[in-house]
Amino acid sequence: MFLKPILAMHIPDGFLSAPVAIVGWLVTAVLVGLALREVRDRLGDRQIPLMGVLAAFVFAAQMINFPVAGGTSGHLIGGTLVAVLLGPWAAVLVMTTVVAVQALLFQDGGLLALGFNVFNMGILAVFVGYAVYVWARRALGAQPQAMLIAAALGAWVSVELAAMATALELAISGTSPLDVALPAMAGIHALIGIGEALITVGALAFVRQTRPDLLGAPSAGVARQSALIAAGLVIALAIAFASPLADSDPDGLERVAEDKAFIDKAEDPVYEVLPDYTVPGIDDEALTTIIAGVIGVLIVAGIGFAVPRLVRLNAPEKVRQQQ
Amino acid sequence: MYRSFERYQPGQSPLHRADPRVKVVVTFALIGGIALTPTHAWPAYPALWTLVAGLAALARFSAWRMARLGAVALPFMLAALPLLITVPGPAWTLGGGIAISQAGLARFVAILLKSWLSVQVALLLTMTTSFADLVWALGSLRVPGTLVALIAFMVRYSTTLGEEAERLLRARAARSAHAEGRPAGGTLFWRARVAGGMVGNLFLRSYERSERVYAAMLARGYAGEMRRLTPPPLSWRAALAGAVPLLWLGIVELAAMLWWQ
Repeated sequence: MFLKPILAMHIPDGFLSAPVAIVGWLVTAVLVGLALREVRDRLGDRQIPLMGVLAAFVFAAQMINFPVAGGTSGHLIGGTLVAVLLGPWAAVLVMTTVVAVQALLFQDGGLLALGFNVFNMGILAVFVGYAVYVWARRALGAQPQAMLIAAALGAWVSVELAAMATALELAISGTSPLDVALPAMAGIHALIGIGEALITVGALAFVRQTRPDLLGAPSAGVARQSALIAAGLVIALAIAFASPLADSDPDGLERVAEDKAFIDKAEDPVYEVLPDYTVPGIDDEALTTIIAGVIGVLIVAGIGFAVPRLVRLNAPEKVRQQQ
Repeated sequence: MYRSFERYQPGQSPLHRADPRVKVVVTFALIGGIALTPTHAWPAYPALWTLVAGLAALARFSAWRMARLGAVALPFMLAALPLLITVPGPAWTLGGGIAISQAGLARFVAILLKSWLSVQVALLLTMTTSFADLVWALGSLRVPGTLVALIAFMVRYSTTLGEEAERLLRARAARSAHAEGRPAGGTLFWRARVAGGMVGNLFLRSYERSERVYAAMLARGYAGEMRRLTPPPLSWRAALAGAVPLLWLGIVELAAMLWWQ
């Protein structure tokens, strides 16, 4: 009865190389950790049963399908819908739970691959979907159907981008050539994304009719925050896409130094986290450059998050001292 | 009737009774080790399979059954199929101008074997560990408490909400009469819209259920923290039992990296 559609988005184990899978776990651990803190700060203890039951809701909602053609059927992935209903941070936790349980209990996606599976469907899809939703809703302004059109756009873009990220991760692992995987994944999911958009709109329209009190306007702070994170994630992906194509010419100063033969005089720093932007112990040059790039972006993003947070933490103390 | 999806097979085998914490750690270590196997280390794959088959025997599952179940992820191999023609290097030419790259074929087969072995390892954990034990193990392995609570809630209510979804689907089916030769139903957009409405309906029912659940939890003294029994200390015997498969994995991987490439 339960014929699982081949969800090309749940990567099984074996299809990601070990270093790529570990990068996925690191990125996901950082972002889910942030989500845990945000949710704890902003929301009360009643959020736990709400998010837990809604994770089960996403699981059950994926059973509600509609016939498309030729025996295939469309169904929901859910990231954007939950983000619109609960806000992006809680949605990250809900979707993380869904993807983790699918892997742990139903072998739907691997355990080593769980890092990137959570990242694609639970973090990237949620933040990008939500950011597009907020942006489109503002751009459409007073249009009466603004919310639904914006949600449709967000849902479609989130599925499409998650699929492209999946293709990229498979390509970096050497599992699937990018020039085949990317158009294939992007093409199939352009259609799947339409199904996602239609169901998301149908669900939101129903909720707006029956319980409009559950649908507030996105708050400015969360909207800005999620736009920043979505932009950061997209830039990181774009860098990863571009880096193997980048040529191997040394950059300006190094080139001059080589030409003028004073490069020998350059001293290595006392310690290097990522010598020559590569990760030690991995041979493939393109792979290591990409991983180094991702780690670099993560460190920068981490600092970007930590600094304002520390400032905010210190602020009340200063006020108190002044008084 | 809605079926429970849980793959747990109750039993009393040594693997069923092993400490769930040890089982979770060993499962992740084995899957990580399998991923590290170099592509061309062919003897490593049967050696790893003996480990999987040995663990299956310990759980009183037949190796054949595990082998069959391990194939669930294989449809995904579609993603790796282009390797056969795109990897550069010596190739066998088939008729019709198709050339199968030797290196590509090796990589493709290695990916399939790794996937097949990894799924079996994950299945062994799921099939021998009850869900409550699994959640408990995650909690004592320092997975953040909020996430563990969400996982527990999700599994607890996925059966309930799954039945709710089945009722909605049955109601739709009961109102979807169709006769031979006559067009039935609306356009694709209309059908999707109906499915969307049902999802919205399911959301409202879930939302309201979560409010009732919260009220019931408050009534039982919930104050923002899940109460759990303190975990019993990990016994030496349990830890040693976990070390055996890891030792075998270590030997296989060492041999694979040093000699079998």
